[in-house]
Amino acid sequence: MQTILKIIAQRLLLGLLTLLVVSVVIFVAVNLLPGDFAESILGQSATPEAVASIRRDLGLDQPLVIRYFQWLGGIMTGDLGTSFSQLNFRSAMGGAGDTGVAEQIAPRLSNTLFLAGVSASIAVPLAVFLGILAALYRNTLFDRATNVLTLSSISSPEFFMAYILILFLAVLNPILPSLSNIYPGMSFGERLDRTLLPALTLTLVVTAHMMRMTRAAIINLLASPYIEMARLKGIKPLRVIVKHAFPNALAPIINVVALNLAYLVTGVVVVEVVFVYPGIGQLFVDAVKNRDIPVVQACCLIFAAAYILLNLTADILSILSNPRLRHPK
Amino acid sequence: MSIWIVLLIALVAIAVVGWLLRFGMQTATGNAPYWRDLPYSVAFGYVFMAAILLFTIWFYFQPTENEAGVPVASVTFFRWAIQGLIIAFIAAFLFRLLGSNVGTSWSTKMFRSMPLTASFGILVVLIYALLAIFAPLIAPHGQEVVLASANILPGGNVANGGDPAYPLGTDSIGRDILSRLIYGAQNTVGIAFITTILAFLIGATLGFLAATLGGWLDQLLSRAVDVLMAIPSLIFALLLMTIAAVWAPRLGIPLTVFMVLIIAVIDSTRVFRLARAVAGNIVVMDYVEAAQLRGEGLGYLIFKEVLPNATAPLLAEFGLRFCFVFLTIAALSFLGVGIQPPLADWGTMVRDLAPFINFAQFAPLAAVTPLLAAGAIALLTVGVNFIVDWMLHKSSGLKD
Repeated sequence: MQTILKIIAQRLLLGLLTLLVVSVVIFVAVNLLPGDFAESILGQSATPEAVASIRRDLGLDQPLVIRYFQWLGGIMTGDLGTSFSQLNFRSAMGGAGDTGVAEQIAPRLSNTLFLAGVSASIAVPLAVFLGILAALYRNTLFDRATNVLTLSSISSPEFFMAYILILFLAVLNPILPSLSNIYPGMSFGERLDRTLLPALTLTLVVTAHMMRMTRAAIINLLASPYIEMARLKGIKPLRVIVKHAFPNALAPIINVVALNLAYLVTGVVVVEVVFVYPGIGQLFVDAVKNRDIPVVQACCLIFAAAYILLNLTADILSILSNPRLRHPK
Repeated sequence: MSIWIVLLIALVAIAVVGWLLRFGMQTATGNAPYWRDLPYSVAFGYVFMAAILLFTIWFYFQPTENEAGVPVASVTFFRWAIQGLIIAFIAAFLFRLLGSNVGTSWSTKMFRSMPLTASFGILVVLIYALLAIFAPLIAPHGQEVVLASANILPGGNVANGGDPAYPLGTDSIGRDILSRLIYGAQNTVGIAFITTILAFLIGATLGFLAATLGGWLDQLLSRAVDVLMAIPSLIFALLLMTIAAVWAPRLGIPLTVFMVLIIAVIDSTRVFRLARAVAGNIVVMDYVEAAQLRGEGLGYLIFKEVLPNATAPLLAEFGLRFCFVFLTIAALSFLGVGIQPPLADWGTMVRDLAPFINFAQFAPLAAVTPLLAAGAIALLTVGVNFIVDWMLHKSSGLKD
């Protein structure tokens, strides 16, 4: 038990370190920009006095290292900085309105988590089920058909899948809404209804990956002697797979699931744009287009954190489920 | 909601028919071994597939217009999809037939053992290559030419707002969509190809160097790659594109060049990992040690000893990497920060034409153009993936 806790603590520390280095990379990359934030807020025709004043307000007259630690300290306390476009909006409208990046991100992050949660709860059981089926009936017509289908859906861009689904499920047969108009105070059923189409798109892409890897993991195990023993005892094929192969295949499958959930992090960006889903991916793309640097920086950090966290989870879960990994040679 | 109920009833009916089929055949054949040992799930699968096949045939022969003369768009789309599949199937079959009878003994042998998917992939890649190379000759108009009339609907039927001169219509500022689709092969595929080659040059060179030299260089490069890979690639690309968008006008370099460099660097980290791992297995071989003892230089070691032995895995990786790069570029263009106008590009075309999908109910042809652009992207990646899948299957020697 002691060793497990020690290994997990080590991994967590390593993940934290990676995140720290990533935050440095993001910060340095953003500060490679010519000029600085003050000029981008005020535009080209800014007077030097105005630039200097904003620079003082935002603390841009400090050296880079100090600013990095201020930014980092802000993140720790939940302050992600000031959004440029909101700042412009406020100065145009005369004082009112939130300018914080955190206030902008918080509701959208929960929307995105909802979308990812819905897709994952459809995709994971479906992928494991189909993966077991494909392993069970390998090299049959069913296996070959699913191979072609999954390969096609892995290699198609997300927006192609999204528009095909829109065409068939929203335009030709109006079953689901094609725009995900989500606002606070919606009932859960309504929200689910609006989220279903983007979630299905993500499901299609992610399920294919997971299913192929589940199939490969199980087929790998089916070659081992203890499976042959079970088969020779006369156990039914399905029981061999579920009772004997699946528990040992669990480690690679958990790994695959976590990795694909990490993939959802990227997939979510394009899908949210297609369905105009008010999530963090949409916010990120808008910020990229408006060059709203603080928002871009914060979103990037959140995406990276989610990605690292999921990879870390995959790592820890596979160590927990496979005792051999606990004693590295 | 009624559609869910219909689906549920259909599923229950299939389950019942599956059971009846097994039971009926067991009694009819007097418990013949095949039917006696048939698991229920397999019987269910047979009936399920038969039901899907029946539905496909039934739906295919539905009328495309109802009694009032209003077009039923879903049938039209369904027919197009099925026809497309059949054409793809026949084309792949004919191509394999051609390949297994014409050519050198090596190529005919290869074609004979090839699955249909792989020959389809090769055919698709060939067609795209031809389109990309001869785009200026094939396309009826230039990619940047703004023609007199905008928003002509596809189909070439004058009564429906079409024009025979522009079979796929024109876009909102009057550029011929067919020509832009063809030029898209040149731009989108060409740029993705250049980016992949660049990524391989960077990644493979550094990977081989890291593996051959080892020591602090290896440590430094590997840790740097670890950090870069901890950021999701599309997110990192978007971040860097934001910065590049500010730099590009100041330096007077087109944004597309920045995009190529950014994606090449991001993807080279993945190539680095593979190249280092592959080369790591090669440099411990005796013949490399012999070469080192002969006093050969670093260049000789990398180009004469490591590279020839690392070609096969790197080639398969090249196909996959090309797909990833191609999809990343398409996604960036779709989001509006990738390949910039006036270059014709499929991702941008999908975004611009996407609203037409909402008219699918009334004008099926109008909804096809955005799907054609998106489908062109999907078709190429599917084709390349089919080839890579076949190559991996062949080289792994897995039969089970």
